[in-house]
Amino acid sequence: MTDDRIVPVTMPKWGLSMQLGKITAWVAAEGDDVKVGDDLADIETEKITGTLEASDAGTVRRIVARVGEDVPVSGTIALIAPADVTDDDLDAAVALARAVIDAGVPDDAVGGPELQTADVGGRKISYAGAGEDGDVILLVHGYGGDRNSWLFLQEPLAARYRVYALDLPGHGTSAKDVGAGPAGPEGPAGTLSVLAGAVTGVLDALGAERAHLVGHSMGGAVALAVAARDPGRIASLTLIAPSGFGSEINAGYLRGFADAQTRRELKPVVGQLFADDLLVTRQLVEDLLAYKRLDGVDEALHALVDTLLDGDVQRADSAALMAAIGDTVPVTVVWGRADRIIPAAQAESVAGAIRHLVDGAGHMPHMERPAEVQAAIEETIARST
Amino acid sequence: MARSITYREAVNEALAQEMERDESVIVMGEDNAGGAGSPGESDAWGGVLGVTKGLYDKFPGRVLDTPISESAFIGAAIGAATAGLRPVAELMFVDFMGVCFDQIYNQAAKFRYMFGGKAVTPVVIRTMYGAGLRAAAQHSQCLYPLFTHIPGLKVVLPATPYDAKGLLIQAIRDNDPVIFFEHKALYDLPGPVPEESYALPFGEANVIREGGDITIVTVGRMVHTSLEAAGQLAADGVQCEVIDLRTTSPLDEDTVLESVEGTGRLVVVDESHPRCSIATDISALVARKAFGALQAPIEMVTAPHTPVPFSTALEDLYIPDAQRVVNAVKTVTGWTR
Repeated sequence: MTDDRIVPVTMPKWGLSMQLGKITAWVAAEGDDVKVGDDLADIETEKITGTLEASDAGTVRRIVARVGEDVPVSGTIALIAPADVTDDDLDAAVALARAVIDAGVPDDAVGGPELQTADVGGRKISYAGAGEDGDVILLVHGYGGDRNSWLFLQEPLAARYRVYALDLPGHGTSAKDVGAGPAGPEGPAGTLSVLAGAVTGVLDALGAERAHLVGHSMGGAVALAVAARDPGRIASLTLIAPSGFGSEINAGYLRGFADAQTRRELKPVVGQLFADDLLVTRQLVEDLLAYKRLDGVDEALHALVDTLLDGDVQRADSAALMAAIGDTVPVTVVWGRADRIIPAAQAESVAGAIRHLVDGAGHMPHMERPAEVQAAIEETIARST
Repeated sequence: MARSITYREAVNEALAQEMERDESVIVMGEDNAGGAGSPGESDAWGGVLGVTKGLYDKFPGRVLDTPISESAFIGAAIGAATAGLRPVAELMFVDFMGVCFDQIYNQAAKFRYMFGGKAVTPVVIRTMYGAGLRAAAQHSQCLYPLFTHIPGLKVVLPATPYDAKGLLIQAIRDNDPVIFFEHKALYDLPGPVPEESYALPFGEANVIREGGDITIVTVGRMVHTSLEAAGQLAADGVQCEVIDLRTTSPLDEDTVLESVEGTGRLVVVDESHPRCSIATDISALVARKAFGALQAPIEMVTAPHTPVPFSTALEDLYIPDAQRVVNAVKTVTGWTR
C-alpha cells in the first residue's frame, strides 16, 4: 500500500480526442514547494502545446515522466507529498506510475465521444458532448474556431456538467453555408441569426429546455443573440472577449485570417490570438489550413468578416442584445488583459456583468489560462436560479 | 477526428466528388472500367489496381475505357481539355510516356504560351510510378524529373491520403496540364482524410517533421522512408526536419531555403536516378541560394543510375531505404573540415 498523502500529478486530457501527451520541459523540480496554479510542466499533444498548472499544493517529491516520452492521459507524471512520507513509499508509487506509462495507450482505446450531427434548417451542424450528469453547458466558439477550441475546458467541466461544444455554420465539420451575408435581405443580422439558429437547433436536438451558454468572441455575440430571442431558456451566460461591446477591433486579424493561403501567411496572423506567440505550433497552423482549404470555407469566412466589420470597426451591437435579455440571466465577462484582437477595456461596456480580467492571456484565455476561465464559468452557473 | 481511408480510396473520392461537382470532368484510360465480358459488375476491374472502381456506374457515359493506344487517348484528352472538358486521363504506368510524349510536352505544355494566354488546357494525367512491385525495368521507373524539366507542366507527387485527395482536386480545378504521380506502393496506406472536398494548393511544401539539426528534402514514397530514418535518428539525438515537396513544379523554394538556413545541413532523398533529378535540382538550389548557411556538403540518397532490376534481391537493394538515409545524415552531421 502506498501512503494516501501522496498526491499524483497526472497527464491532463486536453481535448476529447487526446490520448497521449509529452512533457517538453519540467518547470518544477524535485524538492520544489508548489501552490495551486503554479506552472509544473510544458506539455505537447498532437494538437497543441500548453502549460500544466498545479491543482494541489505541496512538495514535488518525485518526477515520474521523463522529458520527451509519451504518457497516456491520466497517467501519473509526478508525485506531490509531505516531507515525512518515506522514500520507500514514494518509490513504490513511482513503480506503479511507471508501469502505466510503459504500458502506453491500449490499441482499442477510443478517441473521444462520437461526433453527433443535427439538421438545423437544412444545414448539418456537428457537436460533441462529454459528461453524464448535471446542467447542460453549450460552448460556442469564435470566428475561425471550432468545437476543439474548448479542448482545455470541456473535459474538466464534464466532471460536474453535461458539456457540449458545437461547430457553428461555416466552421469545423458543420455545413459551410452561413447565409447570404450582409448583402442578403436581412443584412448583417441575417448571418448572426443563422449562427444563433444553429445554437438553438443543437439545444433542441439535445432536448435541453434550459442551458448555460459560454461564448467566445463572435460566439459571445451569437450566445447573446440566442439569449435575446428566448431569455427563459438560458440559465447563464459566460462571455469570453465577446464581439460587439465597442467599436475597436483588430480588422487586420479578421481579414488576414480569411485571406491567408499558406503556412507562412497564416502563422503570424494566428500568433496575434495569444499573449505568447509560442503557443502556435506547426500542428495548430496545419489544422487551421486544413479547415481553410475545405470547399465553402473561404466564402464563409469572408461573409463573416463582412458581418463583423463595418469598414474597420465592429458592426455587431451586443449592448442592445444585453438590454433585450434584461437582468434575469446572470452574465459574466472574461477577458485577457493582453488581448490583441478586441481590447480588454471593452469589458467595461458589458453592463451588469461580473468581470474577470485575466493576466497573461490574449484573445484566447480559455486556451491560455483555462483554470481561471473554468472557475469563472462555474461561478456564473452557481449564480443561476 | 477525421475518418481514415487509404490512398487509393482518397484518389477515388477526389474523382467522384469532382465529377459530382462539375459535369465537365470525365475519366478516361485503359481499363478505367475494365473487365468487359466478366460476369457480374460492369466495371469488374475498375482500373489495373482498382483506383477508378465504382465511377463507371455512378457517372454514366463519363468514364471511358480506351483502346491500348496512349498516343491516341492522351492526345484525345488534351484535345478535349482545349475544347472545354476537364479530362482526367490515366497513363497506367509512367513508363509508357514514350508513345504519347509529343502530345504532352510539345502540345499540352505549350498551348497557353503559344496562344498568348488565350488557350487553357485543364487536363490531368494520372500515372503510376516507382519500384517495389516486382514489375521490372519497364513498369517501375520514377520519371517525374523528366516532366519537372518542362515549363508549362505541373508535377504533383502526393505522399499521403490527405494530400492525394486535396492535390487531385486542385489538379482537376487547375487550368494547366497536371501530371499526377501515384506510387504503386502507397495505395494501401491509410490516413485521416476529411469527407468534405478541399483543394490543396500547388507549390506549398509540407514540413512534416520539425527538427533543428539537419534538413531532409524528399517527395512521394520517400517521404515515409525519410520519416522512418528521422525517427531512428531522433533516438540517437539527431533532430531532422523533413520536408515533403508535394509538387516538384511549381517548387516551394522558400520552405527549403528557410529550413536549410536554420539547420545548415541538407540531405535530399529521391527515388529517381541520381543524374538530372529532384535530388540534383534541390542540391543546386541550396548550393546557389543558401551557400552561406551550409556547414557541410550536401548528400543525396537516390536509386543507382541503372534500370530497375527484376531480381527481387536486387530490386530491394535498388530502392533507397531508411538505413541509407540514416547513413547519409550521419555523414553530413559528422563532417569536419
